Amino acid sequence: MPDVWSQYSNKVMDHFKNPRNVGEIENPDGIGHVGNPVCGDIMELYIKVEDGIIVDAKFKTFGCGAAIATSSMVTEIVKGKSIEEALRISNKTVAEALDGLPALKMHCSVLAEDALKLAIEDYLGRQKPKK
Amino acid sequence: MERGIAWVTGKGVTVDSIIGGIVEGQLRRIYLDHAATTPTHPEVVKAMLPYFTDAFGNPSSIYSYGQEAKGAVEKARTRVAELIGARSEEIVFTSGGTEADNSALKGVAHANEHKGNHIITTSIEHHAVMEACKFLERRGFRITYLPVDKYGLVDPDDVKRVITDKTILISVMHASNEVGTIEALEGIGQIAREAGVYFHSDAVQAVGHIPVNVDKLKVDLLSISGHKFYGPKGVGALYTRKGTKLVSLMHGGEQEKRRRAGTENVPGIVGLGKAVELAGQEMGKEANRLADLRDRLIRGLMERIDHIRLNGHPEKRLPNNVNVSIDFVEGESMLLNLDLEGICGSTGSACSSASLEPSHVLLALGLSPEQAHGSLRFTLGRENTEADTERVLEVLPGIVAKLRAMSPLFKTRE
Repeated sequence: MPDVWSQYSNKVMDHFKNPRNVGEIENPDGIGHVGNPVCGDIMELYIKVEDGIIVDAKFKTFGCGAAIATSSMVTEIVKGKSIEEALRISNKTVAEALDGLPALKMHCSVLAEDALKLAIEDYLGRQKPKK
Repeated sequence: MERGIAWVTGKGVTVDSIIGGIVEGQLRRIYLDHAATTPTHPEVVKAMLPYFTDAFGNPSSIYSYGQEAKGAVEKARTRVAELIGARSEEIVFTSGGTEADNSALKGVAHANEHKGNHIITTSIEHHAVMEACKFLERRGFRITYLPVDKYGLVDPDDVKRVITDKTILISVMHASNEVGTIEALEGIGQIAREAGVYFHSDAVQAVGHIPVNVDKLKVDLLSISGHKFYGPKGVGALYTRKGTKLVSLMHGGEQEKRRRAGTENVPGIVGLGKAVELAGQEMGKEANRLADLRDRLIRGLMERIDHIRLNGHPEKRLPNNVNVSIDFVEGESMLLNLDLEGICGSTGSACSSASLEPSHVLLALGLSPEQAHGSLRFTLGRENTEADTERVLEVLPGIVAKLRAMSPLFKTRE
């Protein structure tokens, strides 16, 4: 593990030490819940959408340093993006925004992408009945 | 650990100042991972040094250089034997605990396969034993992995129950490297002896820390590692009771009475001998001091953090081991935060390994995967004082609170 820590970039450490957008959104427009206790990472992503734009995003994460940093970074990236733009955010986008992740921790960025996708799907699902 | 090292790679920092834990004007580092490895005792280093240079001879050589080296190796052998109540000819030096474990398991298995193919071990062994067993399993041996109770104790009756006429070896660790539980080896040794089955113990975490006597424990083979008790890395020993049949892993020269080929690691062996000598002198007093520190740390953690549990046995436990599970938070993120405060510990969380699976030991104790992921281990050593454990008690509750505030598991419970 120490050799993994030495591969954490300054950005990863910054987002780990001072995670952005921690918490829940009251009456969110979408929630993405991924991970399981067995693998040791659980991520919850909340989004607020106005006129097709993600105006707010928050997260709660149980996991390692990289899991916390990727959660924090994905909420930062997604704010202000349209749903279409947000759907194009991949795990690579998140990892690159953090100046890279150790190979062993790339799965954390996948988790962040999945959480976002699920939150958007949840939002889109909620829209259908109205239309 | 670049971030840890970054504070101490400044100019003028010596090894002594790092071992002392205090670096002038920098973050004080607190090392609490002595089950992983210990700093080599300065007196051990001093004892070793001449054997790299002036007394560099090969113990197999017949001239004075060789005999000087041979004398030093034999002196170390006597010291190791005395510490565990063995005879010096029953001690074989190895490259460490892993080689000792592999030699014991594969050595006994291959020398006794005409008698049977069944080996009994436990579900909480160190990887050196576990993986050697899995290797033998793939080669046709049958391995029984005994369960343990919630404290990590093996029930001697379970051992008795699974012995068959094909059983050739029982291997049970003396003390757990993860949770510190000390096994009831005497009872298991008695059962093994009555059944005529060899009994091995991985005593890597016990020797040099608590009294170990091979006759009292009734073991036939016992693994020792130097760097777990202030000796150097790369050296260990396997005790083999006279008459025990095993084949060598290493073939080559006639060193170690043909039981382990290869030129002896003379400086390492001398260092191991010195570490054993120091342990013999200091062990009793040091064990009491560490047990006191350990108990203060455990009590303090229980008082200051809620939803926390002690892993391992409350009393039958190594004097230096603290292992707790803290609910709703993950081990690596706690460790990383502790490292930022200069505190080095370890965890059984999956995030600390390439396998992404939590510690097999904690799961064998019956912990849920979440609890295993939320485990922290602090193992104390000779340079630690109450100031170190106090520092942990000062910073850990805040770290836990911060991580819980962002944990989705915490929300669902509160």
